[in-house]
Amino acid sequence: MSDIELIGSQKSLSKTLQPELVEELTTLNLGPTHPATHGIFQNILQMDGEIIVSGEQTVGYIHRAFEKIAERRPFYQITTLTDRMNYCSSPINNFGWLMTVEKLLGIEVPKRAQYIRVIMMELARITDHLVCNGILGVDSGSFSGFLYLMQKREEVYEIYEEMCGARLTTNMGRVGGMERDLSGTAIAKINAFLKTLPPVLREFENLFNRNRIFMDRTINVGAITAERALAYGFTGPNLRAAGVDYDVRVMNPYSSYEDFDFSIPVGKSGDTYDRFMVRGEEMWQSIKIIEQAMNNLPEGPYYADAPEYYLPPKDDVYTKMEALIYHFKIVMGEIDAPAGEVYHAVEGGNGELGFYLISDGGRAPYRLHFRRPSFIYYQAYPEMCVGGTLSDAIMIMSSLNVIAGELDA
Amino acid sequence: MVDPPAGHSGAGFFATSFDQVIGLARSYSLWPLPFATSCCGIEFMATMGAHYDISRFGSERPSFSPRQSDLLMVMGTIAKKMGPVVKQVYLQMAEPRWVIAVGACASSGGIFDTYSVLQGIDRIVPVDVYVPGCPPRPEQILDGLMEIQHLAQTESLRRRNGEEYQQLLASYNIQ
Amino acid sequence: MLTNQEVAQHIAGAFEGDVYDFEQPYDLLTFTTTREQIIPLLTHLKDHQQYQISFLTDLTGVHYPHLTGKEFAVVYHVHSLIHNFRVRIKVFLSKEDLHIPTASDVYPCANWMERETFDFYGILFDGHPKLIRILNIEEMDYHPMRKEYPLEDATRQDKIDPLFGR
Repeated sequence: MSDIELIGSQKSLSKTLQPELVEELTTLNLGPTHPATHGIFQNILQMDGEIIVSGEQTVGYIHRAFEKIAERRPFYQITTLTDRMNYCSSPINNFGWLMTVEKLLGIEVPKRAQYIRVIMMELARITDHLVCNGILGVDSGSFSGFLYLMQKREEVYEIYEEMCGARLTTNMGRVGGMERDLSGTAIAKINAFLKTLPPVLREFENLFNRNRIFMDRTINVGAITAERALAYGFTGPNLRAAGVDYDVRVMNPYSSYEDFDFSIPVGKSGDTYDRFMVRGEEMWQSIKIIEQAMNNLPEGPYYADAPEYYLPPKDDVYTKMEALIYHFKIVMGEIDAPAGEVYHAVEGGNGELGFYLISDGGRAPYRLHFRRPSFIYYQAYPEMCVGGTLSDAIMIMSSLNVIAGELDA
Repeated sequence: MVDPPAGHSGAGFFATSFDQVIGLARSYSLWPLPFATSCCGIEFMATMGAHYDISRFGSERPSFSPRQSDLLMVMGTIAKKMGPVVKQVYLQMAEPRWVIAVGACASSGGIFDTYSVLQGIDRIVPVDVYVPGCPPRPEQILDGLMEIQHLAQTESLRRRNGEEYQQLLASYNIQ
Repeated sequence: MLTNQEVAQHIAGAFEGDVYDFEQPYDLLTFTTTREQIIPLLTHLKDHQQYQISFLTDLTGVHYPHLTGKEFAVVYHVHSLIHNFRVRIKVFLSKEDLHIPTASDVYPCANWMERETFDFYGILFDGHPKLIRILNIEEMDYHPMRKEYPLEDATRQDKIDPLFGR
């Protein structure tokens, strides 16, 4: 096995208790096809009996060349690509990209649109954590918790459908604001969701938070210290579980997040239980943010006054000449962006999702790079698994919330 | 409830042809192998959930073991790196086996016409039903499943040993 | 509260002559340095007592085929979490001499980011523990993100109809 690197070796119980046993490491392929849910990436584990000694990863099984595609597409068509990166929370990716473009073009998005974006992003964050915590439950053996949470996800899908027409890959928002205002149905559905989610979350927490079996399976499993986490580029709930309160919404506020009052849950030891609890608490904080946004929703336009970039209203297009020309230029993709380079980051479901955009003045980016949190923190996975058993490795993987679309892009 | 197939019945017995009974039994107990790679996999999770329950169609047990499943549901983009894995999983399935390509990426490469994406899994395995969409709604996935059920009901028992099927497999280099 | 001006002056003082092209596009301090000084620079910023710019946010590459002698750029985004201060550092490399020391000793998270940059552009990172392709298949013999290669697969047999294309 000369091509497998041994990261650390662990004194195994068999060596100390029965030294006459021949020691041989087994190679186990935790292969690309996982039992659904997590996505496709491969881990070749070297195991000493049940204990993992080292691991080696292969990724790229779903490499779809987003960065190369982005060099071909006009700016508003790239929103559909960003949907498919972290597909559990598409609106966050969409708005992150749109904010990058707005930063490049120097467009100021009106307050109402910013509040609507915040509501959609927090709903997306809730759905991402619903899936992650539900799947953590499934991997520890209990399927029912996941079914309750998927039902809540269906309700959020209905809200997305009201806002943009699609359930999962939303393509929400336009350069300069939103494509449509919050309709009466959307507001009613959001309010209904805010009432029906807390009891379900409480029921889920009753099932899991102080559950003896769950705690035994998750406490001290896959712990990582704050220094190692920062060295490995962790961001998001995984870093906050290790004790560092870095949240892009607070440190570099965007889209009016500074108007909202919420706290950042922080864990202590960075193990699986802390990650689970941090995500659970973040859902409560997201509910708080949505309530504040719904109560203080400002009046006003839901898109910026930027006719070169935002499609003019249809009755203007049919009657006024300038509107017709703008409409034509935008649809044909002949809007020209200024040359420059910009980096913008948002707090995705998994951490700091960054967009590094270099524009040379044309209709498509010259270079677009996605700073994908899953890709960066997945490097730490073998180190977190060493010394644990195979079942621990499964729990660690699902608690890290690695989304394959974001991993490979 | 399901209508019984055409046959003779009497006191305590029912006689019909093997084709129909076996087709009926197979079609209402298709065990899927969810080969979920990306966004369509999340829609499959929604289909598996309580709202669009797939288990009412007989797919109660999604098994991840190819030997024990009937239906390979490929959901999501298949990159060229993943192609051999799909083929390997397909080869390990036992006859009768069906394949659904769920989503635009599995059917034809979808929006990813790039150097790294396989333009449809029918380049490497024979596909029975294509479900377009990006991602398809759970109702569409269930519709695809119902098409497979129809195929399973009307399939001849000798199809898998016949000349045409063997030639189909040979065209994909599958023995 | 760190300002771009203050940090730029400090860096220009500490690394005289090897750092140039200071600018701040969209308020992010950006400068260029040489291949020899990049690792000392990153280490200096990381170990600096006051600045503590110790988080590597991103590492990527860019291809500029029209700039002869500086065709490839490796771009580092680093971040000081204590002071909320970001810096972008660029290193330009020529096509004939396409290698740069690895940052994975300073920042372990640079490991995969450098493999990805190698996979896409062919930039060699000296001293990297395992510099092989990460996202593409191992047998691929070209570096796809370079501007001369097309997006589509050149060897495909469908969607190539001469009249209707796709």
